[in-house]
Amino acid sequence: MIDLLNGIVALANFVLIPAIAYGSQLALGALGVTLIYGILRFSNFAHGDTMAVGTMFAVLVTWGLQGMGVSLGPFPTALLAIPFGILGAAAIVLLTDKYVYKFYRAQKAKPVILVIVSMGVMFIYNGFTRIIIGPDDHRFADGERFVISARTFRDMTGLEEGLALRTTQVITVVTAVVVVAALFWFLNKTRTGKSMRAFSDNEDLALLSGINPERVVLVTWLIVASLATVAGVLYGLDKSFKAFTYFQLLLPIFAAAIVGGLGNPLGAIAGGFVIAFSEVGITYAWKKVLVYLMPPALEPDGLVQILSTEYKFAVSFVILVIVLLFRPTGLFRGKSL
Amino acid sequence: MKKLLTATAAGALLAGAAFADSHSNEIKMGIILGFTGPIESLTPNMAAGAEMAINEVSESGALLDGATVTSVRADSTCVDSAAATAAAERLITSDGIKAMMGPDCSGVTGAVLANVAVPNGMVMISPSATSPALTDAEDNGLFFRTAPSDARQGEVLANIMLEKGISEAAVTYTNNDYGKGFADAFQSSYEAGGGTVTLSTPHEDGKADYSAEVGSLASAGGDALVVLGYVDQGGAGVIQGAIDSGAFDMFALGDGMIGDSLTAAFGSDIDGTIGTAPGSDNEGGAKFAEMASAAGIDGTSVYAGESYDAAALMLLAMAAAGSSDPADYVGKIEMVANAPGETILPGELAKAIQILSDGGDVDYAGATGVELVGSGEAAGSYAEFVVEDGALKVVGYR
Repeated sequence: MIDLLNGIVALANFVLIPAIAYGSQLALGALGVTLIYGILRFSNFAHGDTMAVGTMFAVLVTWGLQGMGVSLGPFPTALLAIPFGILGAAAIVLLTDKYVYKFYRAQKAKPVILVIVSMGVMFIYNGFTRIIIGPDDHRFADGERFVISARTFRDMTGLEEGLALRTTQVITVVTAVVVVAALFWFLNKTRTGKSMRAFSDNEDLALLSGINPERVVLVTWLIVASLATVAGVLYGLDKSFKAFTYFQLLLPIFAAAIVGGLGNPLGAIAGGFVIAFSEVGITYAWKKVLVYLMPPALEPDGLVQILSTEYKFAVSFVILVIVLLFRPTGLFRGKSL
Repeated sequence: MKKLLTATAAGALLAGAAFADSHSNEIKMGIILGFTGPIESLTPNMAAGAEMAINEVSESGALLDGATVTSVRADSTCVDSAAATAAAERLITSDGIKAMMGPDCSGVTGAVLANVAVPNGMVMISPSATSPALTDAEDNGLFFRTAPSDARQGEVLANIMLEKGISEAAVTYTNNDYGKGFADAFQSSYEAGGGTVTLSTPHEDGKADYSAEVGSLASAGGDALVVLGYVDQGGAGVIQGAIDSGAFDMFALGDGMIGDSLTAAFGSDIDGTIGTAPGSDNEGGAKFAEMASAAGIDGTSVYAGESYDAAALMLLAMAAAGSSDPADYVGKIEMVANAPGETILPGELAKAIQILSDGGDVDYAGATGVELVGSGEAAGSYAEFVVEDGALKVVGYR
């Protein structure tokens, strides 16, 4: 019985909790990508760096708040700074839209051209972030680091395995749930949300029924900036802020959005968790868990690792290829590529 | 007509240069370092270090009947082998150097050695190439280095851990030549000494999430986690994950992990952690730092001392051989670097040249306690660090 508990705790500590937190971060990122794909009809490569820009503003405001002695007690001060980060990111994406994307929209440019344009935007955001905050690692998390630390858990339960639950992981999951719920309510219940979905389903019909396209575009960018900033800040709180890693996040985020079905918000969330769980689960060495769960005679000698951790990115892409081969619209019937 | 003029002018220049060379007693030393590229922040101090040795010898007028020594700088780029090869070729064919200090990074060093130094019979001493692969490079005895190979550090780190009674460890390394070479060297020494490596897995730098790596390492288990990476990159991410999940609380670190940002990030969470980085407590180091700051250079900058030593070794070997021809003095480098003989510290180059000219022997220690072993490798001296109360502390040298 104790062995069973130890096994479950080890599994939760090294697979379930990290994968759920990482999956929530990916899901929020993938939601932004999928909204732009669904409504503005292109794959936004600048999304990772939009996250970086928003987070950068939030980090700067956090430092300001910390300097003034403002704190949220056990919670990270950065939560207070998120609205400012969203404002900054919104200003940047709206300016970009006004001076870059609008031009191509007016020309009815092909999606592939917009993709290349977004890559250009990506590099500019990337440089912008580095010029302002620098290429280094920045930590801005404060407050209580753990809800429960591995050592406390061990002392408390007397189990051999520890279970660590970080404040940031809890905040990540809770925030993700709240944000996703709010987004779905907005898309399904409000007039603006409905007009956005109509615009996404059929642009011409939507225009005929009197929907103002510029307003839809504006609201979409505002939502995307908010999602990107929230995802970026949560990710930065959980790990640390470094401009370059947001650029690296782009790949798993796109994999998540495509696996779930581009353009489908529900799919983006499912995709985020599929990618996170497969990255962590397939490369996890199951020895530790199996030793607890199996009878002694069957205990494994090796590490019982399906793939070495070098291949964790290959895992996302294998899933991506399989999904595209057998279900090109993704798990949740998004738009076909 | 224009072409003819250019050709004539070039011809005159060349003739002039040849004329000047034959009549002045000048020895040129090439300094080929990555003045542009990934380590461009280190190279100015390295070049300045080498030039300190050059000026010291030149001003003394003791070398080869008052020869003046001058330096010619060239850019190795650190990463572009073709550019480094071309620059080194130019140093030999058009500048007529007699010795080459550099290159710096392991990749370009291998390329310059194979394509330029060996075909031209040029002696080269690298102050900073640490790849174990260079030990076995085909060099006709022309290649030396004043920075120790990473293989040596793997051995030192393994010994420290075994002495502390840590007999089981998991290893993670940054996925490049440095990390892989270091991890392999560590594993073979550690296992030879009776230790067990439960898992050796690479991590990519700059990635989004390290929970998969930490999970595997934790599952493999061990008394300590050996992290051979970069403190500003993935190495810190792995440590963070390992601490948070309670997987490891004891770490052993390579030189890339030793830095102020390590303790700034983790503080007393990693108390008891051990680490190694090149360093020595010989008096030469302090003396060099003093001389350097008098000359307006940062003497504590990484590899500045090694650069001084690399240049000094070649000049002393010339004095010992009584010739600036690479073929003549190459055989003397090990003689001046190692015992027996009088110990030579930075700033004593003139004295050393005097001893050598009189037929004596010196044991050049220089800024970094130079000792050449095997095929012209630096034996290397490492500082042993321990994290105590959230601060890095040097507890010894080996």
